[in-house]
Amino acid sequence: MAKELLKGNEAFAEAAIRAGVEAFFGYPITPSTEFLEHMARRMPKLGRAFVQAESEVAAINMVYGAACTGKRVMTASSSPGVSLMMEGISYIAGTEVPAVIVNVMRGGPGLGNIAPSQGDYYQMIKGGGHGDYFPIVLAPATVQEAVDYISLAFDLAEKYLSIVHVVVDGNMGQMMEPAELPPMREISDEIPEWAVRGAKDRDPNILTSIYIDPEDEEITNLRLLRRWKEVEKNEVRFQEYQMDNPEILVIGFGTAGRVASSAVRDARAEGIPVGLLRPITLAPFPEGRLEELCDQVQRILVVEMNSGMMLDDVQKIVKGKVPVEFYGRLGGVTPLPDEILDEIRRVSKNEGEISGDPRDEWMDRLEKMRTGDQ
Amino acid sequence: MVEAKTEVIYQRPESFTDVHTHYCPGCTHGVAHRLVAEVIDEMGLREKTIGVAPVGCSVFAYNYFEMDFVEAAHGRAPAMATGIKRVLPDNTVFTYQGDGDLASIGIAEIMHAAGRGENLTVIFINNAIYGMTGGQMAPTTLPGMKTTSSPYGRDVELAGYPLKMAELLAQMEGSGYIVRRSLHDASNIRKAKKAIRLAFEAQERGLGFSMVELLSSCPTNWSMSAQEALGFVEEKMLPVYPLGDYKVTPALQELRV
Amino acid sequence: MAVTGWIEVDDLYCKGCGLCVDACPQDVLRLDMERLTPKGYHPAQMTEETCTGCGICAVVCPDAAITVYRKTPQRQSRKAAGRRT
Repeated sequence: MAKELLKGNEAFAEAAIRAGVEAFFGYPITPSTEFLEHMARRMPKLGRAFVQAESEVAAINMVYGAACTGKRVMTASSSPGVSLMMEGISYIAGTEVPAVIVNVMRGGPGLGNIAPSQGDYYQMIKGGGHGDYFPIVLAPATVQEAVDYISLAFDLAEKYLSIVHVVVDGNMGQMMEPAELPPMREISDEIPEWAVRGAKDRDPNILTSIYIDPEDEEITNLRLLRRWKEVEKNEVRFQEYQMDNPEILVIGFGTAGRVASSAVRDARAEGIPVGLLRPITLAPFPEGRLEELCDQVQRILVVEMNSGMMLDDVQKIVKGKVPVEFYGRLGGVTPLPDEILDEIRRVSKNEGEISGDPRDEWMDRLEKMRTGDQ
Repeated sequence: MVEAKTEVIYQRPESFTDVHTHYCPGCTHGVAHRLVAEVIDEMGLREKTIGVAPVGCSVFAYNYFEMDFVEAAHGRAPAMATGIKRVLPDNTVFTYQGDGDLASIGIAEIMHAAGRGENLTVIFINNAIYGMTGGQMAPTTLPGMKTTSSPYGRDVELAGYPLKMAELLAQMEGSGYIVRRSLHDASNIRKAKKAIRLAFEAQERGLGFSMVELLSSCPTNWSMSAQEALGFVEEKMLPVYPLGDYKVTPALQELRV
Repeated sequence: MAVTGWIEVDDLYCKGCGLCVDACPQDVLRLDMERLTPKGYHPAQMTEETCTGCGICAVVCPDAAITVYRKTPQRQSRKAAGRRT
């Protein structure tokens, strides 16, 4: 199929439809609403389920119910809405049924704003809901990637009976970009053995997240952890750019990673030996690859649109082997390529150790830059 | 010539599992479960029914029904049932919910399920108290009634008034069958069963949202014997929660079962 | 020949709540204080032969523990009896 000019949210929704999603349940919230609107237009015409729920709480529990039937099901929302969904997400994880959740992240905490942000990193990557579980988190950086990974998200959800989050930010949800949609996939008529469809000619299936005996819950928690170890082994995805003997490694995901790639290209043109690692799976994180790169680079710069959340994970993996610096914009501000280019230039001249939390110096730099802006 | 024939007048329904329930002796949850199982047997729906259990005393309801079941988060059973029914419209889907679940934490979900006219059946157990957590005030607790969280009796000035769910849900255009019955004696139990039958008939006929509210007892948390508790239902609950048909869609009024 | 009935109480389910004892219109049920079920309850039992098999005990039983039987007198079929109306 040819490339078309597509609006992010609508392209993601259409990608889900073509991946065979049979039910969508959601609630309007900026900047993800076009996702719901596209589903409202398309799903009933295809004879598939669409419900605009009374709240995100209800929407995720509708997803939960439909997921228990073994059909492909999803929702899409944005940060405050996803916070409301965390209850249902934990139940879905505990029941071990597949579901896909798209989070078009916006500035927060609280009502925050509707501008693009990556401030939900902890909430999405570290679980967010209560209890021991491990969501798979995909972080595409272009509309095309999101289109491709939404289809992958369903496959992974079913393979690992897991929650799969696709995290994008308001930039990607709202931008128009050329992308190629996949062909319509046929809806599978296979019924998973665990699905509830009525106990005809078999024993009843019970789908629940309750294990009243702690020993049983422990077995379940261990099963989830073992399954997660399989995910870590098999499903790590990342993209590298300008990785010809880099001395400086920039790490960024989603929009921050995409902006950073422009800065890396310009820095290379200036002769700075810099490369980019862009994690596509934030969970599982490309830990092995980063460990390898620690032996090859002299300095790491983490770029995010939050207060340095992935930075924590990077530092945990780097273990102080290489100095790690940080540059972030917050609250719905997207960094410009030139800002990151300046950071790369600065880092390339900076040879000393970083004392303490790299965020301390970053905050000072950011304050100075902001004052200068005014 | 006269000969005698032995009939089985009553036996345990097939849709009920061979399991000792965890309910307290004399708790009418068991009666409500049994009636649902009997109706599902009589209508031959067992193999296509999916039940949705709540959070509360009936959290383990799925252990007692010989059919597919899911277990919802507290109050979310109508949303979960909506998800199931929308992708499996030919299956029979019912929720079984208590008063804390349905009328407190889950009031948004139940009202909107009715508002959308979801073709579901809801069995609502109103015993005016939180049973599982040990006898706290429910949205349905009677004015003046003592519970562990209204130790001086429910003061309506501070804690408001009981919610009347059958009356509320009957206002919804999407509702097809909304009635209140009681489980305090044999004759009322028979009427309750007929109502449950009609609620499932409504679903099978696609007549919209159906709910049977069942006034029930909680001997343990009311600190009464099983028999005294049924007396409390009759004497104290019936005046606050009048039995009756709050909405019966015309297509159902003509049905004889 | 009078209508006669009897019941069987399944010890697996009976919790000795006594609701059937109170509901029985013939007053033929008691809790058996000499015996305990595996779960430790005194189960209901029939103590008199005047049960009519009305089934009210089973209707009020919260645990579906009671099976009710009834023996009803049946006339032989009319044809066999050689009578017509």
